[in-house]
Amino acid sequence: MNYKKRLDGRKFDELRPIEAKAGVIARADGSGYFKIGNTIAYAAVYGPRELYPRFMQNPEKGIIRVNYNMLPFSSKGNRVRPGGSRRSQEISMVTEKALLPVLDLSEFPNSVIDIFIELPQTDAGTRCAGICAASIALADAGITMKDMVSSISVGRVDDQVVVDLNYDEEAYDAPVADVPLAFLNKSKEISLLQMDGDITEEQLFKAVEMGKKACEKISKIQREALKNKYK
Amino acid sequence: MEQENKDHLVKALDVDVRFDGRKKLQYRDITVESGVYKNAEGSAKVTIGGTEVLAGVKMEVREPYPDSPDEGTIMVGAELIPLSNPEFELGRPSIQAIELARVVDRGIRESGMIDFKKLCIKEGEKVWVVSIDIIPMNDEGNLFDASALAALVAVKNAVFPKLDGDKIDYSEKTKNKLPLNKEPISVTVLKIGKHFIVDPTITEEAKIDARLMVSFGEDETIHAMQKGGETPLTADDLKEMVKIAKTKSKELRKFV
Repeated sequence: MNYKKRLDGRKFDELRPIEAKAGVIARADGSGYFKIGNTIAYAAVYGPRELYPRFMQNPEKGIIRVNYNMLPFSSKGNRVRPGGSRRSQEISMVTEKALLPVLDLSEFPNSVIDIFIELPQTDAGTRCAGICAASIALADAGITMKDMVSSISVGRVDDQVVVDLNYDEEAYDAPVADVPLAFLNKSKEISLLQMDGDITEEQLFKAVEMGKKACEKISKIQREALKNKYK
Repeated sequence: MEQENKDHLVKALDVDVRFDGRKKLQYRDITVESGVYKNAEGSAKVTIGGTEVLAGVKMEVREPYPDSPDEGTIMVGAELIPLSNPEFELGRPSIQAIELARVVDRGIRESGMIDFKKLCIKEGEKVWVVSIDIIPMNDEGNLFDASALAALVAVKNAVFPKLDGDKIDYSEKTKNKLPLNKEPISVTVLKIGKHFIVDPTITEEAKIDARLMVSFGEDETIHAMQKGGETPLTADDLKEMVKIAKTKSKELRKFV
């Protein structure tokens, strides 16, 4: 069995349609919206603000806190119970690590930058969409960033290496691998990498290359979103 | 300082002007969108001024409660997510979130808006449970009215997913809408000094003496109420506030 044509008709290296916006949540210090296919992520940044409880404060540098959350009605299946899960905690943690390299937290002693990511509708690639939205939100909040962080999931469906798997592809009845990646745009360093499924080394390296190209496109869309806010 | 701000607000209300230029009984601009999210069985986005609230409906099949074997049920949840307001925190639902969810729940449940008997699939074995979740995305005041309106529109918009024996096929929606009897509209009236206002901003909410939410059916029947705030109300206050709520509920009904 060969995967000759993608289920939704895209080319193997083709992204789903993307829509990005900055400044979508007025009360936040910065915010971003990132829609890729049917996956929608909102991110809000609050801070830098004073960190409580006080014993967590560090006079040398600040911290960032990320909370990733799927809204109760966001899933294709059952209702998502509110209050977080082990999965959402892990995704919050890897998202934090994906964003950290572009920030200089020594600028914010005793402070916290809170990043809240909420997904009202999901169709795979949610952590990547969350990172893209969060990156826009950080820039929108006026926080100094060394680089833009862009994220996409790549992988393998049967014998094909593909970019931006949707839910149906992740569930495809053949060997599948899902590799969420985040790239720092200028340095081309990788700040998020996870993987599950089965994949050969050769397929992996090809997928990462395709992911890098996809992230270049995404980073342009993110920067465009930030510029559009001031048009 | 707090008191000075409040005196200032009350003085402005004396001449029927609010800090944002509105009159006392004037709502900010309202927009209502339905069917905004496709994984939900029903959904809505409501904005009142800068306040934005989402509501989504998910339907599941469960065993009925033993005391009502032929009735399905509803669950209303509200999450005051910290994305929407710098004062909101992560963690267990705050008492504000619980109150908001329960007040919206009562408006829907006690009006008989949804006929629970029509949610029965097989008596004593299977019934539909309709979950309505309310999420503010940006809180600039008056979450009560925005939430009740969003919940109503999401429920009106909801269709049953396909039921395949015991399993729900969420990928296929039927054309069957939820059977609705009534469409209750909630209006919150606030008392500041001797004045009554509707649709408060965050600044106004911090200064109110008392609050009364009233939920009206199309036939002007009252279905749910909730008094809030730290100051008591006189019977005359109550009369005036219910009158205002009734008039305003007709205005809001145009958006449903």
